[in-house]
Amino acid sequence: MDNRILIDSKDLPFCKGCGHAGVAQNTEKALQKLGYDTLDVIFVTDIGCHGIIDKSLRSHTVHGLHGRSVALAGGIAAGLTPESGKKVIVFIGDGGATIGMQHLLVAAHHNFPMTVVIHNNMLYGMTGGQPSEFTPCGFNTPTAPNRSAMGAIDMVKLMEGVGAAYVSRVSGVGDFSDELAEAFAQPGFSLVEVMEICPSYGVKSNPGMKLKQVVETAGLAIHKSKNPQSENHRPAYDGFKNSLLSEKLTIKKEFEPVLKGTVRILLSGSAGEGTQSAAEFLARTAMLSGLYATKKGHYPVTVGVGFSAAEVIISDQPIFYTGSTKPDFMLITSTDGVDYAMPKIKNGNGATIILDGSLPIPDTSAKIIQKDLRSKVGSRNAAMLSVFTLIKKFGILSEESLLTAYGRNKLSAKVPVETFTENLD
Amino acid sequence: MTEISTNQMAFIDGSRLITEACVQAGAQAFVGYPITPANLLYSYANQRYPVMMAAPDEITTLQWMTGYASLGKLPVTATAFPGYALMIESINMAMMMELPMVIILVQRLGPATGTATAGAQGDIAVVHGTVSGGFQLPTFCISNLNDCWELSAKAVETAISLRTPVVLLTSKEMVMTQMSFDMSSLIEIKPKAWKYSDKSNDYKSYDVDESLVPEFLPVSQNQHQVRFTASTHNKAGILQNTSPEALDNSRRLKTKLDLHAQEFLYYEYDQQQEAETIVLSFDITAQAAREAVLRLRNEGTKVSLLVAKTLFPIPERYYDILNGYKKVVIAEENNDGQYRRFLFGNQPHAHIKGVNVMGRMIQPEEIMKEVQHNG
Repeated sequence: MDNRILIDSKDLPFCKGCGHAGVAQNTEKALQKLGYDTLDVIFVTDIGCHGIIDKSLRSHTVHGLHGRSVALAGGIAAGLTPESGKKVIVFIGDGGATIGMQHLLVAAHHNFPMTVVIHNNMLYGMTGGQPSEFTPCGFNTPTAPNRSAMGAIDMVKLMEGVGAAYVSRVSGVGDFSDELAEAFAQPGFSLVEVMEICPSYGVKSNPGMKLKQVVETAGLAIHKSKNPQSENHRPAYDGFKNSLLSEKLTIKKEFEPVLKGTVRILLSGSAGEGTQSAAEFLARTAMLSGLYATKKGHYPVTVGVGFSAAEVIISDQPIFYTGSTKPDFMLITSTDGVDYAMPKIKNGNGATIILDGSLPIPDTSAKIIQKDLRSKVGSRNAAMLSVFTLIKKFGILSEESLLTAYGRNKLSAKVPVETFTENLD
Repeated sequence: MTEISTNQMAFIDGSRLITEACVQAGAQAFVGYPITPANLLYSYANQRYPVMMAAPDEITTLQWMTGYASLGKLPVTATAFPGYALMIESINMAMMMELPMVIILVQRLGPATGTATAGAQGDIAVVHGTVSGGFQLPTFCISNLNDCWELSAKAVETAISLRTPVVLLTSKEMVMTQMSFDMSSLIEIKPKAWKYSDKSNDYKSYDVDESLVPEFLPVSQNQHQVRFTASTHNKAGILQNTSPEALDNSRRLKTKLDLHAQEFLYYEYDQQQEAETIVLSFDITAQAAREAVLRLRNEGTKVSLLVAKTLFPIPERYYDILNGYKKVVIAEENNDGQYRRFLFGNQPHAHIKGVNVMGRMIQPEEIMKEVQHNG
């Protein structure tokens, strides 16, 4: 066994003259300088010429999808503890970095402890030499022989913009192992962009052009920068958390049920006016009498505007189907509520509607009870008053259970029960 | 469940039970992006999982999860179709790498962004077709609150024991509707341990014994080199073209599930003697089917019920059951009867009937009507 810790073979699987071989050899040298052992290193690669290095490595290897290696490595880096002593290194091409640019920004932003080495040969090599977002102004590729004046994305500046802890651009010629070692030694996120020219497509499409000339013309300065403000990465472990299930969730039977059979109630009002809370309160009140209850919410995707409706079923038997196509009662507190419930209102034969007094009486065969809800207790409490009215008028649940339930409801700390009991007809 | 005594009625939603069950079964991280109607799962995750990683999007979610799983820690995510669509290539990757995870897919009304706040069962075909090349992911479907508990734990167990992503399929009404529920009915869940290879030498990441499941080692250990590879690979995890060894390895991803199919077979068969008709359903529609069957029997109609909880790979047992009936009524909340077509193909069969709606829940009466319909 030789003393190489990373590369298993003298013959690397790259085209003659490809800078990718230099990146691998300099990485080997850098890791040796830092004293890493073979299995201290987790190499993450993806699709593209750089990724075929994988089979030549002695370290752990993870070979993923085109452009996603930085995100894949992020999951590894986030789950490792600092005590693990592991070094996560990503090899990615400029094509992969184009595809997964967001992953690079996010990894730097989170300061994941890993080093990304971009093999920037300024085009997609594996698929025939198409331009990437890293192809600089004036650099031709086989599919873009007359590349326009559009310049390359300056990845170093971009990474600085998101606060990367360490970022550098190096020329992929000769020995740049010290530059790599410096990046590998960073405790948080680091990125090295290694500039190369693809011998198969870059050289042929740009005869006589030298790497130094391309880099200088493109204004891609060889330099490095550190961000001392970047916070050290905190492993994504938040520790033990309590169970979501406890005795506090239980609702014990305290009252004898009044209801025989099943009753279905639709509450229909406006978002932000307590419709969902009132519906849940009604269901919980029923459970104090040992009854079964369900509550199904309906609302648009908007949070604070539009309708808000809930279907509540209360029964002395277990409930399977939780829908309610033909409610026995409809508690309607706003214009939004009328609009939402209109199909059920029109088909309301046999139902009873408790309708806010401000609303016009709709065309329906249902029995209508107009009740001043909003004007008596305000829009935010109208739905709760409609529930009190339902229980008082129709006796589906006992008044004792209603008052007990309200006393335990968080609303009672802000709105005294008399607000509702004194507004019942 | 030591904290809960008998007859403990609570007013609870399925998201809470799913989250608690996953953590108790051994899930260590929730990774995700909040999307309606999976957002309750996200909120509970924040309160319960030891590790919570808020991802910027669903591709990142699956990539982070896969990286996290390579350390021997099980991640869970929850999403809806728009997010699942973005995840698909990465799910293929995790499946190929044989890294376990649980993906909770909460169905909502499509196509596209559709109606985020309306339930549906329209992603059956998407889940079936998730993996390129004729492979399936173990796919469980929750049919009531007890399933939220038990199937969630089984999803974690199956993912770890078979080293595969598992899809836990559900829908808006199943995870967001609050229901009275007896918490004393919750069975005990034990955490599923990862079994690490104890080979002293010659470890290969995708070498298998008769179980067809490769022995696992995380990338965080220092005993053996580990390779996780998304592309076609040999037993060592080295990328190959189409070598016989590599193709055998890929074929094994199917035979692995076939071999262990009985270990993740979950269904509810409520057989009525002399019944000639059976209702098949799943997800929240199974609740309508349960009610329909109960009412039909009370009215004197003989009818059986099959609630499918393991959807994919389709269990052969379902055919054993269904083939014993003259009429099969399949109720599912989508436009074309997706599971019906996977079970029986696109060719119409006179005795196979579908009850299908879009944009609302299927009502028990609709199932009853189809059962009672002659022809």
